[in-house]
Amino acid sequence: MREAAVIGYTQSMQRRYAGAANESELIMPVVREVMQSVGVTQKDIDFTCSGSCDYLQGAAFAFVEGLNAVATAPPIRESHVEMDAAWALYEALLKIWSGEADLCLIYGFSKSSPGELRSVLTLQLDPYYHVPLWPDAVSLAALQARAMLDAGSLTERDMAEVVMRSRRAALLNPKAQLAAETSIEALLAEPRFVSPLRRHDCAPITDGASALLVASADTARRLCARPAWIRGIDHRMETGTLGARDLTRSPSTRYAAARAGVAGRPVDTAELHAPFSHQEIILRRELGLSDSVAVNPSGGALAGNVMMAAGLDRIGHVATRIMRGEADCGVAHATSGPCLQQNLVAVLEA
Amino acid sequence: MRQAAERALEDAGCTWKDIDALILGKAPDMFEGVVMPELYLSDALGANGKPVLRVHTAGSVGGSTAVVAANYVQSGAFRRVLTVSFEKQSESNATWALSPRMPFVPHVNAGAGGFFAPYMRLYMERYGVPEHIGCLVAVKDRQNALKNPYAHLQIPDISLEMVMQSPMLWEPIRFLESCPSSDGACALVLADEEHASRSPNPPAWILGTSTRADGSMYAGKDNIHPASLIACAKDVYAKAGITDPRRQIDVAELYVPFSWYEPMYLETLGFCGEGEGWKLVESGATALGGDLPINASGGVLSSNPIGASGMLRFGEAALQVRGMAGQHQVEGARLALGHAFGGAHSYYAMWAVSADKP
Amino acid sequence: MSDTPAPVTGIEVPINLQYEFTAGKALTRFLTRIREGRIVGQRCPGCNNVYVPPRGMCAACGIPTEEEVEVVDEGIVESFTVVHIPIPGNPIKPPFVAANILLDGTDMACLHRVSEVDNARVHVGMRVKARWKPREEWDYTFENIAWFRPVEGS
Repeated sequence: MREAAVIGYTQSMQRRYAGAANESELIMPVVREVMQSVGVTQKDIDFTCSGSCDYLQGAAFAFVEGLNAVATAPPIRESHVEMDAAWALYEALLKIWSGEADLCLIYGFSKSSPGELRSVLTLQLDPYYHVPLWPDAVSLAALQARAMLDAGSLTERDMAEVVMRSRRAALLNPKAQLAAETSIEALLAEPRFVSPLRRHDCAPITDGASALLVASADTARRLCARPAWIRGIDHRMETGTLGARDLTRSPSTRYAAARAGVAGRPVDTAELHAPFSHQEIILRRELGLSDSVAVNPSGGALAGNVMMAAGLDRIGHVATRIMRGEADCGVAHATSGPCLQQNLVAVLEA
Repeated sequence: MRQAAERALEDAGCTWKDIDALILGKAPDMFEGVVMPELYLSDALGANGKPVLRVHTAGSVGGSTAVVAANYVQSGAFRRVLTVSFEKQSESNATWALSPRMPFVPHVNAGAGGFFAPYMRLYMERYGVPEHIGCLVAVKDRQNALKNPYAHLQIPDISLEMVMQSPMLWEPIRFLESCPSSDGACALVLADEEHASRSPNPPAWILGTSTRADGSMYAGKDNIHPASLIACAKDVYAKAGITDPRRQIDVAELYVPFSWYEPMYLETLGFCGEGEGWKLVESGATALGGDLPINASGGVLSSNPIGASGMLRFGEAALQVRGMAGQHQVEGARLALGHAFGGAHSYYAMWAVSADKP
Repeated sequence: MSDTPAPVTGIEVPINLQYEFTAGKALTRFLTRIREGRIVGQRCPGCNNVYVPPRGMCAACGIPTEEEVEVVDEGIVESFTVVHIPIPGNPIKPPFVAANILLDGTDMACLHRVSEVDNARVHVGMRVKARWKPREEWDYTFENIAWFRPVEGS
């Protein structure tokens, strides 16, 4: 397969409410900025692929509006996934691997603020058995956390530690929505939200957009001094029947990691798409990350969680660290569906 | 969906465990009220433990999903993939889902037909096209559907008079010149050269795939001969070595949700000159017995499970070159075109398939 | 077996979701102006085309549009259809004319109604002018214009 590397990444300010800006207005600046960062224009892009979700916007064809943010005359080669844009990146890689493209633009976007995110995500469940009961996204994650606590595979202190580290790391991320210096004790003193979760165990609701450029080998070397090479990438699905899963584990992450070749790489950095604190702990275990790995130096999804972009953001943050010379080898993870149902793992290297 | 998938696997002589990846396509989630339905359908799709990608590119999605599936195999990392698309329109009202109430649009939103009809009128006016041309297409496709047991609409006594007397919906589109609301699914197994060569039934070799898109609305956009379709056709023809589409292509499955698109597409796809498409229709060239049969399957006018409609075009094109189209087989078809269309003349996907290995 | 219950062919699961729609900067400006009975669009700095209603960007050039342009409430019918079927959620009684109307000084047609004329007499190229609702009914909506009517002599 042809080699490919991330050569540019930009995300918007992570905000609870993007105000009067609509989706296209959120996308346009990041698309322009990422292209300017390597000195290309839309004419140089062979393939454009985006990730979004109609139900977040409350209207069919969210991505059609989104496309207005990109120059499309003359028409472009384009596609869209109704998923996190990490999978849009995967589709772009297929184009690069098969020799159909050398430079691809990826973007993911959403405004979760206008709707009722917790209820919207309920509609991901089985419409006959689960939806009529209206279990919301936070409650399902709470079930998962409870299963872990009861199994003794983590403590509430472990969860608070994840949050504390995220808040602290986010202080160094100017785009982060939530950042603070706090302590495990202070976090544990907070009231419950959906037991056993506290509010800070849950990713915030965030509006925003992100854009990323991925290129084949020659193009990457031409445009970028230190490309972040994608050494391996794989994604796997698990059953949608929650009762049939062991929620304390993530076999799809483990399998994807094996296929992506995480083991044996000198991983120094990891960005894990864990919208809930306990999920980061599951992911670290399944990925087999050692204690020396810097996990979520951006603050992770707990510091800002743009639906349909947060997975791509993980890849973007690892790549940015590599491009800046702050990391040499990183693991990025993206998830989709309730309780880590579908997972993507990528290994990036300088 | 499961039904379609199992039949496709049987046709390809393989089982669920032979499938390396699953690529799912469907139109807006609002049609069924399920967000990312591949998540809850993972069991039915045999997707657990496998890579699953969900494509959504408006009405063209069935076609663009097949293109992505082809890319999986072309990448060299996957040997056999299953691609499935579906829509269950009986669970919602597409015209409602497509006519959201937005403050900046006056209350004249009239569903897809209301949006497209003005451009058909423009086409008729620009080239002096007689009114019955759309009806001829409608009759032809419904007659073809009678030879396709999978087609939704089966109107045994279909006639020009019946179409012309059916109620006007959005002038110039009559009821019988419009696609139905259908439930349905389509599945394809795409395989690498080695596995395709060993398959029990003759394969359709993919000569080239392409997708193109542009913005829904911008100044100067040509809604009769859309720039994105012209670019898409040019690309797929170049990849497939097609220089004279009228002569080289034996049969085409085009995404014609309203009858008037057939003559318009014939022009945009280079089967004839601008303003000549309706004459091709009138001459009978596009009928099953003509020299350029279009939508031998009955097309979108006979079945429209939206998300699957594009893939059905791609799949029907493949069936033709495999010689497996049954009663609607075009004799001796070697080279076929599949085409899908979505959005406001914005999203196009195409492939060219051949009986002959390139 | 005779006591086999009838098969369940479907269930109803009502879904109610509320959204606060965001118009975006450009449309907010448009809606603010139309409340005052004025029509404003934006000019694309790339291709110089004027868009009404403005979307804050030109989908051809993919760049933001900021220069505001006020236009008149008169233009021509670029294309149209007569809608004969009732549309779910649409209070207008068919048959009615839905037209792409190219306002003078703009470069892309906007969708609106044409009325006060026999539907059969509407034609491409017809000159039309806005029929505004009474001033006291004006709100943040394009529907402050009830419809477009033919200009005398056209």
